[in-house]
Amino acid sequence: MTAEAISESGARSDFWDGVRLSMPVVVASAPFAILFGAIAVDNGFSVLEAFLMSALIFGGASQMVGIELFGQHVAPWLIVLSIFAVNFRHVLYSAGIGRRIAHWPVLQQALGYFILTDPQFAVAEARAVSGKSVGFVWYLGLGLPVYVFWVIESGLGAVFGKLIPDTHALGIDFLLPIYFLGLVLGFRKRPLWLPVVAASAAASIVAYKTVGSPWHVSIGAVAGVLLAVILPPHHSGVGERP
Amino acid sequence: MSTTFWIILAGAIATYLTRVGGHLVISRFENIHPRVEAGLNAVPAAVLTTLVAPAVLGAGPAEWAALIVTAAVSLRGGLMPMFLAGAAVLILARQFVG
Repeated sequence: MTAEAISESGARSDFWDGVRLSMPVVVASAPFAILFGAIAVDNGFSVLEAFLMSALIFGGASQMVGIELFGQHVAPWLIVLSIFAVNFRHVLYSAGIGRRIAHWPVLQQALGYFILTDPQFAVAEARAVSGKSVGFVWYLGLGLPVYVFWVIESGLGAVFGKLIPDTHALGIDFLLPIYFLGLVLGFRKRPLWLPVVAASAAASIVAYKTVGSPWHVSIGAVAGVLLAVILPPHHSGVGERP
Repeated sequence: MSTTFWIILAGAIATYLTRVGGHLVISRFENIHPRVEAGLNAVPAAVLTTLVAPAVLGAGPAEWAALIVTAAVSLRGGLMPMFLAGAAVLILARQFVG
């Protein structure tokens, strides 16, 4: 086998490695994509517009909020601001994952940030923590199926939305919390994990009850991150460098 | 172009800014202070927890059972077994307790 063939088959297995990890995400997000399409049409979007929103924004919660406000005839700038607020947590993902993908060519990075969703960040960060490098091909294998299915299923939901059965009995509304809990637990070996989780949980619950959604996400996240910043470095496992 | 189209486009730009913005800010600094690094390492647990905690609080027995099974499986298995086990328990439990 030539060196080129070896690296090509390595890249191919890297890609399928990512695809394998994307499957739970594809399954968990499918109901939301279909639901989004159905609600979008219900709130006055055309099928094309629902499809376009999924293709260009690619952020489930923010799309739901945007559609909901659109249906209530809220001012356009307020809808855009709300989408921004719901997605604000990605600023933290972006700062975190930037360290792992800084060696990619700029265009690959630009594409990488476009598909930087919650699971994309968590799974890529977990790979980096385990000591493996986060390569573009692997990252694309992880993100591309999620994107393609998300966009297609949004379109299907927009066209066939009226046919959706009882979503509660199927547990659809609670699939994502289950998936996210699994992701949180996957990071349990990190220094400061328990205090950070406790601080974020407490702050997000208090904010949820007082300030309301979606701000509880940013407020809770900042509380956990601040705790890690404030605690002396020897607790966080990050050495003081000279 | 319709208003809807412009809302989608502006929403897409706002979203991309959040996805690239953190990196653009951090990469301006040559050295990352250890405390900032500690903060960045806390991001996954800090953010993902906020997506779970309020949902847990507002849940009932069926959801709690699913979360407990999810947690138990995640101690041993990978992401997919964990997710499927949690989802199976949730759907099963909801047939009984709604």
